[in-house]
Amino acid sequence: MPATLREAVAARVPVLAVLAAVTALAFVASVLVGPAGFGLPQGSDAASMILWEIRLPRAILGALIGGALGLSGAVLQGYLRNPLAEPGLLGISGGAALGAVIAIHTGAAGAFALALPVGGLLGASIAALTVMLLAGERSGPLTLILAGVAISSLAGALTTLALNLSRNPFASIEMLFWLLGSLTDRSLVHVWLAAPLILAGAALLLTTGRALDALTLGEEAAQNLGVNLVSLRNRIVAGTALSVGAATAVAGTIGFVGLVVPHLLRPLVGHEPRRLLPASALGGAALILAADVSLRLFAPLSEVRLGVVTALIGAPFFLWLIIKTRRELGP
Amino acid sequence: MSDTLNARGVGVRLGARRVLRGIDLAVTPGEIVAVIGANGAGKSTLLKAMSGLIAPDEGVVTLGGQPLAELDARALGREIAYLPQERAVHWPLTVRRLVALGRLPFRSRVAAPSLEDRDAIEEAMAAMDVTAFADRAITELSGGERARVLLARALAQRPRFLVADEPTTGLDPAHGLTLFAQFVRMAAEGRAVVVALHDLSLAARYCDRALLLKDGATLALGTARAVLTPQHLAQAYGVRATVGEIEGRPVVLPIEPLP
Repeated sequence: MPATLREAVAARVPVLAVLAAVTALAFVASVLVGPAGFGLPQGSDAASMILWEIRLPRAILGALIGGALGLSGAVLQGYLRNPLAEPGLLGISGGAALGAVIAIHTGAAGAFALALPVGGLLGASIAALTVMLLAGERSGPLTLILAGVAISSLAGALTTLALNLSRNPFASIEMLFWLLGSLTDRSLVHVWLAAPLILAGAALLLTTGRALDALTLGEEAAQNLGVNLVSLRNRIVAGTALSVGAATAVAGTIGFVGLVVPHLLRPLVGHEPRRLLPASALGGAALILAADVSLRLFAPLSEVRLGVVTALIGAPFFLWLIIKTRRELGP
Repeated sequence: MSDTLNARGVGVRLGARRVLRGIDLAVTPGEIVAVIGANGAGKSTLLKAMSGLIAPDEGVVTLGGQPLAELDARALGREIAYLPQERAVHWPLTVRRLVALGRLPFRSRVAAPSLEDRDAIEEAMAAMDVTAFADRAITELSGGERARVLLARALAQRPRFLVADEPTTGLDPAHGLTLFAQFVRMAAEGRAVVVALHDLSLAARYCDRALLLKDGATLALGTARAVLTPQHLAQAYGVRATVGEIEGRPVVLPIEPLP
């Protein structure tokens, strides 16, 4: 059976070390590859500017955003005990997208460049707070999802409304492209804005490992093992709001990473929720970096966006999942 | 009395419904107490309240005189192990990993498992006869095997009080008896077991005392023999039952539903 074989291999290979090496490779590749040619830009001021102002921020953001999406996907799948959960489920990325689109719509983004990510952050925080209020003080996973889906659809509806009402075709295109998700033209300022929030959110999310392990046995057994379910939920919502909210605010919506990565890596860590967290963060970072690098290598001048690439990877993954499930369960 | 798990006047509401009212039950070290009653009589709710999982709306549950609500959740997990009736396991972890979860209340966030942790895990797996498949995924096991693994998790907590909700459901006769032999051993070590049961013969044979619930209230509380009488069973379950003895052991045999 391939599944057991894979697990047997996983037991002998240090999964985290391999993932870290892959991520480091992808990071280096991201710094080395660009329209200005392969390799470190030589000599001139312009070349070092390309490195410091364009490629490095892009690589750092790619790693941070991929890590945030992979990590929060793993946390949410563990919390909801559902392999189909993903960061977008809490309505936070929807809120961030809406905030950014409003920043473009109102012209604020044109007036000063950081209005876009700041609008995204505002949108993410409002969405997170609303979800918490809607779900109520002592809610469990189910009410949290319901609230998240409600906010997600509302944010989606308002986003399309903004697109619909936009009289300026350039603004519409800008919104649309922003929604597709991209790392193009991000600067160190974006890194300074997003990195602290993403790292703080990730730190919060990484504290949930034990509780998620205990939740394998259900909520009551987890409670008996010392898990405070309310604190767990709060850490998850706050951690996702910070990390995914900041990621979406600077890069737009990048789908499927938070869904696919934990799913793929789970068998390699013996299905243990806690061990999946760091693995999934590294895997998400590697995936985004690799997708971004291949975009620059194979379609350097096209306008294909990163979010489109991850979606193109994600959809076949679902098909594969269906085939696999059917094979395991019979027709 | 300082080591008593004590429910006093416990009442619980779920929405408008009073699922439990006025329950008094003091569990002392060294005894096995059966909680019995028809479906929906309030057994599970009482067990959850006595494990500190739900806060009673009336009355109080104390451990060593201290209300459970005032105790730290992890400290509580070191004293009381709760085994839910629900046996869902959400990820295909190995048996050993699942049993090891019972040590969570004892372990710090970063430290590796201590010698005592490993000891408790191996001992619990041996007691529930699951060591042979320690490295298999729980999803590959049968329902009864799975039930034993989950029990082993609770035993790995080495609790002073084990609160188990219908642990024998789905077990074959041999493993059902093994389980109660384990309970008797625990009682002999000065620990206590509170167990919700539908197998009245097991209750009669192994439990020192029984609490019979009907519609959320106490119908009878006392020694198993005093509680398990045909009259009580008729009132609680609506069945005609015979209580007899085979090979010197009590047997409770429900005959037919009462009209």
